[in-house]
Amino acid sequence: MSLIQNPEFRRGFSEMVAPSLGMGAWALVTGVAMVKSGLSLPLAILMTMIVYAGSAQLAALPLLVAGAPLWVLWAAAFCVNLRFVIYSAHWHKYFGHLPRWQRLALGYFAVDLNYVFFVRRFPDPLPAPEQLPYLWGGIVWNWLSWQGASLIGIFVADRVPTQWNLGFAGVLALLGVTYSLLKGTKTWVAAGIAAGAAVAAFAMPLKLNIVVGIAAGVGVGLLLDRLLPDPAPERA
Amino acid sequence: MIDEWYATVGILGLAIVTVLTRGFFLLPERELTLPRWALQGLSYAPLAALVAVIAPEILLTDGVLLGTWRDARIYAVLVGTGYFWWRRGILGMIVSGTAVLLALKIGLGW
Repeated sequence: MSLIQNPEFRRGFSEMVAPSLGMGAWALVTGVAMVKSGLSLPLAILMTMIVYAGSAQLAALPLLVAGAPLWVLWAAAFCVNLRFVIYSAHWHKYFGHLPRWQRLALGYFAVDLNYVFFVRRFPDPLPAPEQLPYLWGGIVWNWLSWQGASLIGIFVADRVPTQWNLGFAGVLALLGVTYSLLKGTKTWVAAGIAAGAAVAAFAMPLKLNIVVGIAAGVGVGLLLDRLLPDPAPERA
Repeated sequence: MIDEWYATVGILGLAIVTVLTRGFFLLPERELTLPRWALQGLSYAPLAALVAVIAPEILLTDGVLLGTWRDARIYAVLVGTGYFWWRRGILGMIVSGTAVLLALKIGLGW
């Protein structure tokens, strides 16, 4: 009955301890970047507690600072989060039979590491009774360690001078994620076009240069896919 | 300073974006699948969005392209980039780049 006593819950929990140390550093940077971008302490705490998506939070910060229209802010975060849309199709195969509120909770709390570990443990997309406690074990540990490190970052940042520009650590973190997404010439070209367009269109009002950059990058990527189709099979 | 009300509404919306993207195909009862072109678009959109946000943060100062070499961001990005392609580690990239940034900011006032 008790979830904490469940061996699968414990396993999911303990398997997440080592990899979450790296995530903790990432959370620390996110916490620092939120405050050093100019968010007040209560807002930074609200953001980490309810948004719970590091890359999207970091990407949102320059837009919040610039006072971008809310739809641009949300559209950019949606694009940064699109990988979760792909995960969610996969989650449906395992958990599509659960009541909707449980699916809502699972979807909200399951981040990248949970997905990676879960699919590695249960490669066959068939429901099994040990899946749910295993997943919740990882979710609980990930949430606690992420929020703990993020709060430390928030309170440490409050004591660091703003002119150190420590918020730039958040940009470096996003740059690292960007590099890890660069696989093959087409992605390099699409990224170069997106960067050029976002910089060239910077003078546009309402931070629309972000939208221009996304549209240009995706458009060029799709065009290249059509002109130079990949012989390799699609990943699932 | 960021307007508190604007930021509060923005953050609440971002939480909804988290729920929507993470639950996108999990919340509907039926299993849905995406057409092939949409899957391909999905693979470029995160990259394009990240680049569109960070390129101006790295290359521009108040809307103008970098005009000086005395800018700590340049060296932070170069060192961080070097680290990433050497070791493929995001964490080391953040640490090395931030170390260079702080050294130049605090040491030389760049």
